Amino acid sequence: MGANEGDTVDDLVDAVAAALALPIEPEWKPGIRSNLQITLRLAAMVAELELPDEAEPASVFEA
Amino acid sequence: MDARASADRIASAVAAGRTTATAVVEAALERIAERDKVLNAFTAVTRERARAKACAIDKARAEGKPAGPLAGVPFAVKNLFDVAGLPTLAGSKINRDRLPAAADSPLTARLEAAGAVLIGALNMGEYAYDFTGENVHYGPSRNPHDTARMTGGSSGGSGAAVAGGLVPIALGSDTNGSIRVPASFCGIFGLKPTYGRLSRARTFPFVASLDHVGPLARNTLDLALAYDAMQGHDPDDPVCSRRPPDPVLPLLGSGIGGLRIAIAGGYFKRGASPEALAAVARVAEALGASREIEVPEAARARAAAFVITTSEGAALHLERLRSRAGEFEPAIRDRLISGAMVPAPLVVKAQKFRRWYREQALRLFETIDAILAPATPFPAPRIGQQTMQLEGAEVPLRPNIGIFTQPISFIGLPVVAVPVPLEPLPIGVQIIAAPWREDIALRLAHALDQARVAAAPRPAE
Repeated sequence: MGANEGDTVDDLVDAVAAALALPIEPEWKPGIRSNLQITLRLAAMVAELELPDEAEPASVFEA
Repeated sequence: MDARASADRIASAVAAGRTTATAVVEAALERIAERDKVLNAFTAVTRERARAKACAIDKARAEGKPAGPLAGVPFAVKNLFDVAGLPTLAGSKINRDRLPAAADSPLTARLEAAGAVLIGALNMGEYAYDFTGENVHYGPSRNPHDTARMTGGSSGGSGAAVAGGLVPIALGSDTNGSIRVPASFCGIFGLKPTYGRLSRARTFPFVASLDHVGPLARNTLDLALAYDAMQGHDPDDPVCSRRPPDPVLPLLGSGIGGLRIAIAGGYFKRGASPEALAAVARVAEALGASREIEVPEAARARAAAFVITTSEGAALHLERLRSRAGEFEPAIRDRLISGAMVPAPLVVKAQKFRRWYREQALRLFETIDAILAPATPFPAPRIGQQTMQLEGAEVPLRPNIGIFTQPISFIGLPVVAVPVPLEPLPIGVQIIAAPWREDIALRLAHALDQARVAAAPRPAE
């Protein structure tokens, strides 16, 4: 993410909070933002690894 | 009999009539009343129930009925296991409003069927989203080796109760390291079995994809006794394996000859303190292991476990976050709310990566039987500590506690965390085996236990 990473993450938090009807107090935002930034950084690291379209997720349901 | 006796010694003495279950339980209750004022391991002590169970065991013995393999052995469970008559707290304030559990968890029932006596429920990090053993609602569980230090979490009360000699056996849960971390910080043995091996029915969940349950004890014989008593399919846990039980007790003393053991290098050495590296070296030397291997993509595995944990955890708690967010521990609330914000494709990718990584990791077991790695990067930090020195830099403490446990539980491999009694604080080493080969990890742990290379040091009181 670039220079506006903080703003982007804040926008994401606000949008999802509205979509999921999650009430968030203003003083919780810095903690939520810093956790989400860490998660997005780690998720990007996972997403970087190319896997074939056929790769099966590990979450399996047995009918 | 010393209230700190092992489960094996207690059961033998009760079976032989040298003591009674009642005497054992009274001694344990007395010890808990005295020591738990400091350790804060218990959130409930089930006195009357324990006394009634002990009385029933003594009566059965007097009638000549056979004593179970855990006859009269007191044990306690992390408070996310259902205990009939108690609300299942899972370390939270919110869950105090739950109805009391109608029945015990099946693992409690199986231990009691073997003669063990449930004596209480144990403190834990809120909703298991924790590596410290701290808890704002119930206070921190305290490390028996230095009560100013963390037990590790989230099974912090389990670590404190066993290391402090309040019970010989406790049950914990491990999603990302919550059995192995307290075992390491408190200097005891912990078994995180293969994903799906032990039933999680009637336990409060955290991350269904990654949740495991297992025992903690002060020696490998007690660990194996508890584990064998709990094995077996349970239709009430949808991921519990249909495999028949594989009892490990008969194999425990069969030696380690022929087992091929490697040391995890790369990722598992970077970020490890000198103590963690010294503990692995000591175990490796005792087992004659010198080969070093690289667990491929371990850093990414830890990252993927982190992503799945936060998003599944958020999904579990979403309604509570909507209606009662102010009643969560603030740091855990922030982590859970942030988990609800993770875009779905990133979570699916993490689950795809999980299967790919499993295939890579399983290849390692074509040429080796067990892998050694540190359980934690460092020994127990101080309660409240926020940062630590790692490779010359100051980094946040909490997210780093689980860096060596997460890539392993991510693919459900069985692990025994063994305590290496370094001074002044012990630290754990993971013995990691292929899926369903708990027997190998326990045989190696037992050999180390017999040689006193791994041992649960008795804390000064």
